[in-house]
Amino acid sequence: MLKKNNIVKFKEMLIERLLLCCSLLSVFTTAAIIYVLLSESIGFFKEVRIIDFLTDTQWTPMFTNKHFGILPLLCGTLVTTLIAIGVAVPAGLISAIYLSEYATDKMRHIIKPLLEILAAVPTVVYGYFALLFVTPLLKQFIPGLSGFNALSAGLVMGIMIIPLVSSLSEDAMHAVPMGLREGAYALGSRKIQVAFKIVFPAALSGITAAVILAVSRAIGETMIVAIAAGQQPKFTMNPLVPIETITAYIVQISLGDTPHGTLEYQTIFVCGMTLFVLTFVLNVISFKLKRRFQEIYE
Amino acid sequence: MSSRKLDRNMDAAFKIAGLAATFFGLLVLVVLVIDVFMDGFHRIGWDFFTSYPSRKPEQAGILSAWVGTIWIMITTAIFAIPLGIGSGIYLEEYARRNRFTDFIEINIANLAGVPSVIYGILGLGLFVRMMHLDRSVLAGGLILALLVLPVIILSTREALRSVPSSIREASYALGATKWQTIRHQVLPAGFGSILTGIILAMSRAVGETAPLITIGALTYIPFLPTSPVSLSQQSPYVHLSLQGFFDPFTVLPIQIFNWVSRPQKGFLADAAGGIIVLLAITLFMNGAAIYLRYKNQKRW
Repeated sequence: MLKKNNIVKFKEMLIERLLLCCSLLSVFTTAAIIYVLLSESIGFFKEVRIIDFLTDTQWTPMFTNKHFGILPLLCGTLVTTLIAIGVAVPAGLISAIYLSEYATDKMRHIIKPLLEILAAVPTVVYGYFALLFVTPLLKQFIPGLSGFNALSAGLVMGIMIIPLVSSLSEDAMHAVPMGLREGAYALGSRKIQVAFKIVFPAALSGITAAVILAVSRAIGETMIVAIAAGQQPKFTMNPLVPIETITAYIVQISLGDTPHGTLEYQTIFVCGMTLFVLTFVLNVISFKLKRRFQEIYE
Repeated sequence: MSSRKLDRNMDAAFKIAGLAATFFGLLVLVVLVIDVFMDGFHRIGWDFFTSYPSRKPEQAGILSAWVGTIWIMITTAIFAIPLGIGSGIYLEEYARRNRFTDFIEINIANLAGVPSVIYGILGLGLFVRMMHLDRSVLAGGLILALLVLPVIILSTREALRSVPSSIREASYALGATKWQTIRHQVLPAGFGSILTGIILAMSRAVGETAPLITIGALTYIPFLPTSPVSLSQQSPYVHLSLQGFFDPFTVLPIQIFNWVSRPQKGFLADAAGGIIVLLAITLFMNGAAIYLRYKNQKRW
């Protein structure tokens, strides 16, 4: 009897350890990402000074006259991100307020899954749409628009991110206690006043978390910009001309057969590092904010 | 009095704005689907599914792409599903609330937000270079498994959290151990929700392009990975082989990207044809997930 008990105990412990290992895999993944990015980036920074990398306004790793300034790629990323956020945040927030304060429960249950489908469409499909539908459409209104441009890529990216903003913000607004709303109604407020003066401020940290996560998503989005925004690293904020984002550059260089160990090969990892640092900071801020609003109301 | 009227008008106006903002995205999706169907529907046919990519757009097809997609999906599922569920169980049922658990949780939340192209770079450094897996099905599948792991972990945790503790207590009261309780009570109770998460994770993996391009999967692939089962005339008649996992591959989204980046009009029609197939797969999977979630809305 005692022996059997020990076997059971041993088995239980073994299973717990095994499951723990599964969880540790995520820690290992993060560590591996950082290790891979760092190890190749160090090689890169032996050849290129960090100050040049951060201040040079040209990015021409494939030319004979090589320049390794990240600014043009950052600029491209900034332009597309700003456009995407300009679409996704207003539309997402209005939609979130509508869903949380105006829509009936039944409507919310129908609309929310429908919006999720928007986020489920593969990004390569959005890229096709941006290049072959949105750009020709915009050309009719903006004659100077290039075939590849930041504008249509950014717009389509924004549409893709709407569900992220609206769904997360709606969660935050939904978590605001009913008592706050009822108090405002008792004082004679209308719905729109309750929505903007009570619910919105009360859910602000959750909403901010959603917006920051949307920015992070826009910075990291790859296929739409690789297909529709062009592959010309330019130090410009003009949304009508071809540009190149950090992610699009990684795709571009991966398409060619870049020999292992060369400086060109290492640029993949340096760009990846830049991208990782940017999104990591935003993700952590967003996570902490979200947790704070959960602590307040749950 | 007039300010009250203004407020009422504002209310009505906002209701319309809210509806417009909510349905704007869906409207775009409808336009997108119509546009793609007009461009590529004429390409859909038996030949499109049974032909390899070709230099002539009217002869090109998605055979290697859809077969590759199935290979990659299976590989991804083999790794991501057990590891994701295991990790979810640990964090929800075993882990104590302490700094270490907190650290793992922040880690997973961050991994869920890491751009997919970074996973491709990780795969390039770790699987392709260090483990010498090259541009194989295995390397691609492992990358996507790591990519979708957070989705499965988070949905498993949510599923287990919704199982009421009375079920666990009843099981303990009957003398079951912790694992027996989880294995026979908690997991079956949360199975529907976990399955929803798995389908969503897989539908994300089907559409991923960037991480696979990063490991250099964008090449002309006019062949299929070695079949795991092959028949022959001589004994032992049936051969089993794992070689396919080490063969190069292409997948649907990569084939689409390849065609989109060609200047010839004919390839754009091929791309649209491929998109119709890809959209059908992802929308079907998402539809299934939504239906399952709807069906599983159990009130305990």
